[in-house]
Amino acid sequence: MELTELTVHELQEMLYKKEITVTDITKAYLNRIDEKEKDVDAFVTILEDSAIEQAKKIDEKIEKGEKLSNLAGIPIGIKDIICTKGVRTTCSSRMLENFIAPYDATVMEKINAEEMINLGKLNMDEFAMGSSTEYSYFKTTKNPWNLNKVPGGSSGGSAAAVAANMVPWALGTDTGGSIRQPASLCGIVGLKPTYGLVSRYGVVAYASSLDQVGPMTKDVRDCAMLLNVIAGHDPKDSTSADIEEKDYTKALKNDVKGLKIGVPKEFFGEGINEEVKKKLEEAIEKYKELGAEVEECSLDVANYALATYYIIAWAESSSNLGRFDGIRYGYRTKNFTNLKELYRNSRAEGFGTEVKRRIILGTYVLSSGYYDAYYKKAQQVRTLVMNEFNKAFEKYDILLTPTSPTVAFDIGSKSTNPLEMYLADICTVSVNIAGLPGISIPVGLNSEGMPVGMQLIGKRFSEETLLNAAYTFEQAVKFREKYKPEFKGGVN
Amino acid sequence: MAEISRDEMMHIVKLASLNLNENEIETYRKNMEDILDFAQIIDSANVDGLDITIGSNEQSNVFRKDEVVEFEDKEALLQNAPTKERNMFKIPKVING
Repeated sequence: MELTELTVHELQEMLYKKEITVTDITKAYLNRIDEKEKDVDAFVTILEDSAIEQAKKIDEKIEKGEKLSNLAGIPIGIKDIICTKGVRTTCSSRMLENFIAPYDATVMEKINAEEMINLGKLNMDEFAMGSSTEYSYFKTTKNPWNLNKVPGGSSGGSAAAVAANMVPWALGTDTGGSIRQPASLCGIVGLKPTYGLVSRYGVVAYASSLDQVGPMTKDVRDCAMLLNVIAGHDPKDSTSADIEEKDYTKALKNDVKGLKIGVPKEFFGEGINEEVKKKLEEAIEKYKELGAEVEECSLDVANYALATYYIIAWAESSSNLGRFDGIRYGYRTKNFTNLKELYRNSRAEGFGTEVKRRIILGTYVLSSGYYDAYYKKAQQVRTLVMNEFNKAFEKYDILLTPTSPTVAFDIGSKSTNPLEMYLADICTVSVNIAGLPGISIPVGLNSEGMPVGMQLIGKRFSEETLLNAAYTFEQAVKFREKYKPEFKGGVN
Repeated sequence: MAEISRDEMMHIVKLASLNLNENEIETYRKNMEDILDFAQIIDSANVDGLDITIGSNEQSNVFRKDEVVEFEDKEALLQNAPTKERNMFKIPKVING
């Protein structure tokens, strides 16, 4: 078996037994990137030299018997929205094409403290706005299961790189589904943690009340391990929660007997593909076999959650992206005669179509005369959505839904119709509105051989319950042992 | 039906500090009408007596000491400046500009 096919916990075991070196692992991944990047287009920046150099240093330390952290020498890929000191952080935007982050995000400090090896920065929809990675300024990432299809988004580079074994695991961010939906479309595991569990410091802001960083991994054990690294209170992020640190791998009990699972019928209605529904029904049967108590329930948020989410996200993004003015960093137009023109032309030339659309929509819903009808109303509906979830969680430990209404769609099929693209997020957005944790894990393939994902939603800070439920299912179904991406199709 | 006039569109574009060409104005205007039509579904939600929610965590008023922390690496900050002079950002003339 190729080294790059292994999970992180498998690699770690081989490292402990000294069967392989860190340089072996790093070179194996760099070779794999070299082989697959031309098909997949997952990376914005590949850090080949620094990765090799760091690997050698860690091998020397191992040789000398120095004490190292548990994950020393394990490579990782980082979504290009997370600031990495001294390395380009572009948000896949022309605006930040040459931006070198002057400091590390808190999650990067944690990754570096573990002495993990950053293989590079991964492609995304510009400023995390999109569900297909087609809105990247640089390139469209392809789905490793079929190169003519999108990997999902916005963390599409992260999902595709993990699925294609170009990185052992990756960090993504999720504002309305940007970890879970690409994880689902690429057949991997993706967790959006509870809002506040992971620091947002140094993560370029899209919609601050919704954004969260999370792990994108080959299996659930790796997911728990990476969550262990990134979770924790950070005084630099005032929305970060001051709760006790946990070892999430201890939650993986491979037992769901008596677990109460609610299946909200509204998430299985119109717009959800029949094959996706069928796969989810099989998953529900599997949970019953495993001893969980599964019951249909109602969560009356599906109708307006999507609109609520977008109004809030547009509004917050129009405010957050106000900082890009071409003065201290970022793209500056050559085309100006005064300061106002400098601002307006830098922004007009530096931002892509979808980013401008959301800034305009956000400015509109916040503007005088429309604030009450859109923004204030959306914030009230947000309360309603949270209440609905609270009611459901009085009866159930977790909720089970599809992650995405369809499997991966064809490249180019939705990119010119913004409303259709928005519908890709219909199953995931309410989790962000309510600040809950949600995980996506693969349940099987459809008739075209494309992965179908299942979303599990938990109460705030119930990651342990979610991870155990996901793990138990994974152990029973063994998706990774049965299926591998085949890099079908492609134009080249 | 949401209706956005050209004037209204120009006003929003100005507030957003953007610049659109003629084609873009019309494309974005039509997009906005479609998207706002879809967004109006929230009118059907019954929110009587409900407060607004601005964030999903329960904490409020997170205090910390107001201490100055110097960011040492000024080079790293200035390397991203489109134009600079000595250790300062250089910008176009603002007064009477």
